[in-house]
This record gives sequence, C-alpha cells and structure tokens, in this order.
Amino acid sequence: MARAFASVSVGEELGPKTMPVGRGTLVDYANASLDQNPIHQDEGFAKSVGLPDVIAHGMWTMGAAATLVSDWAGDAGRVVEYGTRFTAMVVVPLDGAELEVSGVVKSLDEATKRATVELTATAAGQKVLGRCTAVVQLD
Amino acid sequence: MPVNEDYVGRSFPPVGPYAVDPAMIAAFASAVGATDPVHFDAEAARAAGYRDVIAPPTMAVRFDQLASREYVQDPDAGIDYSRVVHGEQRFTHHRPITAGDELTAQTTVDSIRMAGGHAMITVRSEITAGEEPVATTHSTIVVRGGE
Repeated sequence: MARAFASVSVGEELGPKTMPVGRGTLVDYANASLDQNPIHQDEGFAKSVGLPDVIAHGMWTMGAAATLVSDWAGDAGRVVEYGTRFTAMVVVPLDGAELEVSGVVKSLDEATKRATVELTATAAGQKVLGRCTAVVQLD
Repeated sequence: MPVNEDYVGRSFPPVGPYAVDPAMIAAFASAVGATDPVHFDAEAARAAGYRDVIAPPTMAVRFDQLASREYVQDPDAGIDYSRVVHGEQRFTHHRPITAGDELTAQTTVDSIRMAGGHAMITVRSEITAGEEPVATTHSTIVVRGGE
C-alpha cells in the first residue's frame, strides 16, 4: 500500500541501504535492459579502453537506487519522476562491489500529495549519482 | 567525423510495438535488486490498482534505447559510440509500464551543445501505448572529442 502523504515530513530520511553488485548482476542487467556494452561484462575489454576494471551500467546504479524510494513509497508505480546525473563509475572487480543508497525528503506538495526525495548513492566512498531526485505520488 | 549539429529538432521513425510481458518485468526488476511484489505478483499489482504487474521506473530505458538507436546508429549523425558516456537521465511516467502493454517509442534530438571538444546531446523518447502517453525519457550523452 502506498504511503500516506499526511505521515511524511520534510527531512525524513530513507535508508541507508547497501546493495551488492557482482559481475553476474551486470550480465543479468545487460540482458534485461538490452545494453550489451562489453565494458560492463568483459574485464579485458574494459581495461583495453582505459577503464580500471569492469564498471556497472550507470542505469543499473540508477535502477538499484530507485528501489530505496520505491520501497519507501510502498508501491513502485508511485515514482512519477526520476532523474540523475552520472558523476562517477561503479567499479566492479571480480569479487564484487557495494552500492550504498540513502535519501531524504526535500519537499512536499500539499496540492498534488507529491514528495520530492533526494537520493545519495556511493560506491567505494565516492558519490556516483549527482542531483538524483525522485518525485513520488503519495496517498 | 564530428557530431552533426543539423540533427537538432529531428525526430526519428517510431519503433515497435514491443510487447511487455511479466517475464521481461521480473527479469529487469531482479537485475536492479527490486523486491516490490507489484513487479512479480499480478494479485499484488491488482491490489495496488494496476491491470497486471508493473515495471520498475527505470525499465523505460529499454524502449528509449531501442528508439534512440535510430539516431545514434545513423551514419550521418556523426556519433562514435565508443566515445559515448552517459551523462544524465530523466524519466517522467504518465502511468507505469504494465504487462500486456504494446509500446511504441520515438526519439527526438532536443539539443546538441559543443563544449571543449565534447558534444553533449540530449535526446527525448516518447513512449506510448497506442495513443496513450506512458513515459517520457530524457537522456544526455557526452561524445568525447578526439585527442
């Protein structure tokens, strides 16, 4: 059930949530999203084009971060707007990596019962998404 | 060949329709670590007011990607895909993508900005089910200049 608008306040925190990401995760994401760029799967190829290792799809990171706000909303269909900049790579070595996601309610719109949530996502201590915000339709 | 700035404002032929089924949604949801039952369980989705299971918010990119290929693979557009970095992404959902949808997507080049030898290109894809708007995506890609 979707979260009630009346129960939410500005400054409310979401998470943090830690999400593991391995090479298998990226193969699954490549197949599900149709993005088969080898920099997300093939270590040799990634290194040959100057990357430190396999890197996660930016869109995997964005999608994984969205789960924090979807779960908070109580219904993934309530995320009506979602946007981000990609500010750094999530490097995924053979033994995997972790994405840490947290959020905060930045503003509430009484008229539409919509909340704007700002998300922070970091990997290996580095911020990987910039200006990542979601607008959620509450009840 | 440099990025062709004459493409600003150009719309490409719509692609699709593509059928959305529960397996596609479940695979995408699992890959991004989503566990909300509205992606996996039709009963849960109906209880939330949907016709069938719904996609996670970023699955719209799958259809954006199919539509924007018409642009980025156009040889006259001058886009060297090996030099492309994803800079920014935005989604506006008019309603969730739902199993049973037959989606069409059409890409328009909204802007091309040259800066420091790089090209920043913003493309918009309108995703529709027949006449009904479903989602609008805005993607900014950066085509890095040659050294």
